[in-house]
Amino acid sequence: MKERRNIISKGRQEFDRDLGRLEAELILMSGLVEKAIFNALTALKNRDLARSRRVIDEDDSVDEAEVEIEKSCIELIRRQAPMAGDLRRIIASLQVASELERIGDYAEGIAKISITMGNQPPLKELIDIPRMGDMAVNMLKRALEAFISRDASSVRALNVSLEKDDDAVDDLYAKVQADLMALVKSNPDNAERATYLMWVAHNVERVADRAMNIVERARYQATGEVGN
Amino acid sequence: MALNDTDLLSQAGSAENIMTFDDIEPILEARDLSVSYGTKMAISNVAIQIPKNSVVSLIGPSGCGKSTLLRCFNRMNDLISSATVRGSVNFAGQDIYAPAVDPTEIRFRIGMVFQRPNPFPKSIYENVAFGPKINGMTDDLDAVVENSLRRAAVWDEVKDRLGDSGLSVSGGQQQRICIARALAVNPEVVLMDEPASALDPISTQAIEQLIQELSSEVTIVIVTHNMQQATRISDYAAVMMAGEERVGRLIEYGTNDQVFGNPKDARTEAYVTGRIG
Ligand SMILES: Nc1ncnc2c1ncn2[C@@H]1O[C@H](COP(=O)(O)OP(=O)(O)OP(=O)(O)O)[C@@H](O)[C@H]1O
Ligand SMILES: [Mg+2]
Repeated sequence: MKERRNIISKGRQEFDRDLGRLEAELILMSGLVEKAIFNALTALKNRDLARSRRVIDEDDSVDEAEVEIEKSCIELIRRQAPMAGDLRRIIASLQVASELERIGDYAEGIAKISITMGNQPPLKELIDIPRMGDMAVNMLKRALEAFISRDASSVRALNVSLEKDDDAVDDLYAKVQADLMALVKSNPDNAERATYLMWVAHNVERVADRAMNIVERARYQATGEVGN
Repeated sequence: MALNDTDLLSQAGSAENIMTFDDIEPILEARDLSVSYGTKMAISNVAIQIPKNSVVSLIGPSGCGKSTLLRCFNRMNDLISSATVRGSVNFAGQDIYAPAVDPTEIRFRIGMVFQRPNPFPKSIYENVAFGPKINGMTDDLDAVVENSLRRAAVWDEVKDRLGDSGLSVSGGQQQRICIARALAVNPEVVLMDEPASALDPISTQAIEQLIQELSSEVTIVIVTHNMQQATRISDYAAVMMAGEERVGRLIEYGTNDQVFGNPKDARTEAYVTGRIG
């Protein structure tokens, strides 16, 4: 009896390996997405159109990663009919993959705006938007950390600190909007470029929101709690 | 998870893991229930409430005492000479182990369906009419038989061969005939010990559907090794586990949401996810 308890069945071991693989796929996907946001904003700041184009091309691999993760999850649900922590882990992985995919779209969106703006002279030196971007990417990293921990108290702690960052991103976003608006008011010729930058800032703000969604999924995974 | 910690495995479930119903009068309530076979204790100190008209599944690794507990609910353990039952089981306000209680009457009011279909070697009709006849319910016996077979969702399949032996039909049909036999005396509770484990998927589905339909008027306690089945058909799940000294205890009892979604006891998590048992 004692021996039997200690031997975890082969099927269970394989299941654990598959879950580990799923987690690795998510970590990889998240790395792609972080890089995409960073590259999109750096390209915008440096007016590096080739780099913007690369961000757009590379979004395909983010989409593919999501499809692969989705397939893995469907396969695991079908094969294992998972219960309890296993079920929560697979469901949360599906949800996180879709959040990451959307973040990838924001990076692509920023890259497209950069290309549309093309070689127009810069409206102003970009400081606050890249700062928002750094904060959002950092939030994304920690949200994933919360997810990987699968631990209720880690998730709770990270959630508290991420909420503060999310507020900081929102504040910065408000400041960016006010600054751009002032530029438009001072010279209506600025309107087009200011609008583009407004979109960029909006995309970055959404990245932070999605990071918060990922923490929400991490909380579900760790505690089974859904919603607030 | 300290799964190899024998102390942990021997512990009874903590109070917060065991659901109680303040607002509902339980139809069955076991208190301090222990069963020994000879000198060997099989289950110890089980306390559980079964709310009326609910489906409760009893799960846990093989040998943890599920069948033993189930048999306590209608004094089936009386039929095992080495078995000693201590504690009480309250059913509709009375302790079924009180000296004045007639176990046969209890077994009609709390019917039982076993893992292997066990029709009597008699006609299908006689199988179902058996209980009502013993109870002197001989009026309208045809109607009782038909109604019971209908409730057991097997009427259409056997209505043209009621005179054939109960053993001459398929396993899934035999099982539903046994359920009809239990239902024929209008029991308040039906205990089922892995009723579908020997059946094909279609028959299993028929039994599961039947359980859900019955649960509006009958309380059902079902032992199953199939977690998916338990989540599909039951309202509550009770988890039993035997520790190192091999004595079964109730370790967790809650809604399906709790037991299969987010168990409180690490041993439940390990069991429902296939890490032990
Ligand atoms: N008639 C009996 N005589 C002696 N010991 C018994 C008897 N029936 C059961 N036991 C013992 O009591 C313990 C609990 O058995 P029980 O049949 O209740 O377990 P179970 O949870 O129903 O297992 P399974 O899932 O395999 O049906 C086991 O150790 C078993 O060997
Ligand atoms: Mg059994």
